[in-house]
Amino acid sequence: MPITSVTKQPEKLSLTVVADFPVPRKRLWDAWADPRQLERFWGPPFAPATFTHHDFRTGGRAEYYLSGPNGEKWADSWQFTAVNPIDSFEVLDGDDNADAENMPTSMTFTFEATPTGSRLVHVTRFSSVEAMEKTIPGMEEGFRAAMPQLDALLEA
Amino acid sequence: MVALREESEESLNRLFRALADGTRRDILARAIAEAPSVSELAARYEMSFAAVQKHVAVLQRAGLVRKRANGREQLVSTDRERLQRASELLDSYEVLWRQRVAQLDDVLREGE
Repeated sequence: MPITSVTKQPEKLSLTVVADFPVPRKRLWDAWADPRQLERFWGPPFAPATFTHHDFRTGGRAEYYLSGPNGEKWADSWQFTAVNPIDSFEVLDGDDNADAENMPTSMTFTFEATPTGSRLVHVTRFSSVEAMEKTIPGMEEGFRAAMPQLDALLEA
Repeated sequence: MVALREESEESLNRLFRALADGTRRDILARAIAEAPSVSELAARYEMSFAAVQKHVAVLQRAGLVRKRANGREQLVSTDRERLQRASELLDSYEVLWRQRVAQLDDVLREGE
């Protein structure tokens, strides 16, 4: 399993994921830079992602939707607030026209070289519980269903 | 309970004023127990919906409760309930990210 750690801070509404991969940093970066690769892993197994727009540079936008198992479509858009090729990028996720209470969720991605390849350090900071609910609409059950399988997977 | 970290005198005053009213203490107790909606609360007291909303707003300004939308309802909950919900949601996000990383790993191993 490439995951090194997952840190959850409910009081800060933040999630930190660290994962190591046996590929050079450039190869890892390219997976995020190329929408055709990105859509192969961004969505959960039961709701694959389709990126219709991916302007991967500072100030650019991405647009995508997830296709749910019952024909649902969950659309989302990102704003790239910083893109520093092969080092890091930052995203604001959610409504551009959000009011103060529903500020967009921020995501940061940092790529580090390691002796065995590369490391991804990802942090999501949700602005509110409401924002968390909105980001996985109708998907929570899918994840809950996956929880027992996940436990089995981790014990294997 | 609300953590009091370096609270200014003003916010302490707000807290005590919020708790000085019997209806507000009752609303707080219910919010701790069950996160009722504003309409459910309004049905319980001999006062208008607007008056109940005002009481909730006083509790909110004192940092004792939060309001969150659930469809067309406004749910009144405490920090504890919010933390619990945040925790639940983060668990779902953890599953999402573990799946995501596993899928990314597959993409990287396959090459282009």
